[in-house]
Amino acid sequence: MRRLSGFNIVSLTLGFAFLYIPMVILVIYSFNESKLVTVWAGFSTKWYGELLQNEAFLDAAWVTLKVAFFSSTLATVLGTMAAYVLVRRGRFMGRTLFSGMIYAPLVMPEVITGLSLLLLFISIGLDRGVLTIVLAHTTFAMCYVSVVVSSRLVTFDESLEEAALDLGASPWEAFRLVTLPIIAPAVVSGWLLAFTLSLDDLVIASFTAGPSATTLPIKIFSSVRLGVSPEINALSTIIIAIVTVGVISASLISKHQITKREREERMAMV
Amino acid sequence: MNIGRKLLVAVPYAWLLVLFLIPFLIVLKISLSDVALSIPPYTPTLDLSAGWEGIRTFFSELDFENYVFLTTDDLYWKSYLSSLQIALISTFITLLVGFPIAYGMARAPEEWRPTLMMLVILPFWTSFLIRVYAWIGILSTEGFLNQFLLWIGLIDAPLTILNTNTAVYIGIVYTYLPFMILPIYAALEKLDGSLLEAAEDLGCSRTTAFWLITLPLSRPGVIAGCFLVFIPALGEFVIPSLLGGSETLMIGKVLWEEFFSNRDWPVASAVAIILLLILIIPIIMFQRNQQISREREG
Repeated sequence: MRRLSGFNIVSLTLGFAFLYIPMVILVIYSFNESKLVTVWAGFSTKWYGELLQNEAFLDAAWVTLKVAFFSSTLATVLGTMAAYVLVRRGRFMGRTLFSGMIYAPLVMPEVITGLSLLLLFISIGLDRGVLTIVLAHTTFAMCYVSVVVSSRLVTFDESLEEAALDLGASPWEAFRLVTLPIIAPAVVSGWLLAFTLSLDDLVIASFTAGPSATTLPIKIFSSVRLGVSPEINALSTIIIAIVTVGVISASLISKHQITKREREERMAMV
Repeated sequence: MNIGRKLLVAVPYAWLLVLFLIPFLIVLKISLSDVALSIPPYTPTLDLSAGWEGIRTFFSELDFENYVFLTTDDLYWKSYLSSLQIALISTFITLLVGFPIAYGMARAPEEWRPTLMMLVILPFWTSFLIRVYAWIGILSTEGFLNQFLLWIGLIDAPLTILNTNTAVYIGIVYTYLPFMILPIYAALEKLDGSLLEAAEDLGCSRTTAFWLITLPLSRPGVIAGCFLVFIPALGEFVIPSLLGGSETLMIGKVLWEEFFSNRDWPVASAVAIILLLILIIPIIMFQRNQQISREREG
């Protein structure tokens, strides 16, 4: 478009300051010597040391990672299947209900999803623990995966698959050799989204976790309710660092892929 | 081959039936039950061994008592109204904050845009809980905001912001801001710059061109952004319970407490059903908005 006006520059500066200052403060004060989070008393990394010795946090972190890994993987498989069915299969019995069930969890308040799943687990007598959290997270994450994957599926040319089928590939081979490589970036970002959603979830996990399994958000929430603590700041800093590295490298990789594809397309034109 | 195709539909279908639809029906059923001192803490429970007779007594014992109870107790309808009010006001503030940012991004030089996009998305990937937590240290009585305001001499005594509705508004605006910026930016970015040039050539001032062209053409993005903030804000639990105070009534928090503290499952279920009924209208409006803008593009 055209040149930035003074107003644009001011709103961008203030907007990004608003988005980032709270996180910057959080990170700075994780290196604070004092137990009081709002009073600076010199640089120290002691809260990181204490965090690493806090077994309750480490256990919770391990449970969280396990849950996130299994639920996002399962959600990616189910979500990709659902997206394929919705985009590629025309009409079938109960299609409206199916697409409704894919979109509804996206807008469902978390408290309701959590409550309903808990009531299900209790009525079938399933003990609450890691398994129930994985089931719960898979269910809402697969809907997000399916939305991400189907947006990629609609934009690519169906005739590529048909060509593979005409040339004698089985439907599975056509999917594995033609469709999957093309939609792979969407499948990967779906997996990442599912993984992050699972890492992040407090409400649904609180309903579906039993006394035997505590996830990191549940742990953070219960200790934050008692007030701010420098240990939580240290933990937050670690999480922010991981996310930042992840997002920046993902965007660099996708940028690299786009330039590569453009170069290949130019080569093909010549 | 046919079996493979059937499985492709059947597996995700069955998963969603069992883990989405059936749980929802259970909530509906429990909302019609009565609370009881037993495990599970409600009655009646379905006794299939008694055959048809059991099913008939089961249905005859269901009633709308909990819904009647919700209308008689002030707490509930006040919470619904106050949730609606908080969600509406904070959606509006988010729009006021988010629009200029999205507008600035869309006007920024093309090579900056991916970086600016990443800067908006980054907080979205960072834990929601942590971003809400960050505000506790800022808004508390001895927090950074008060320290800063005292230091520049704007106030003489610290303000009480944490544990009030103001803190809840700030929390919602902060955490949902990316949801507002991204759809508006997407709409503004597609806007054809030559339209604005034409308007200015024909004698429009820059401001008039903004009101007559930019703003109307960004409408689908604005509507999408507002729904993306309003819908989750209405059932929000984390923000009111960490930043809000005893005066903050939000239905997500009420449901949580009804369930975990009072252990009144039937009332919690009835609260959930009514919340969904309230949400259905904005959800359908949102879907229609998305469909219309998709059709325009296609």
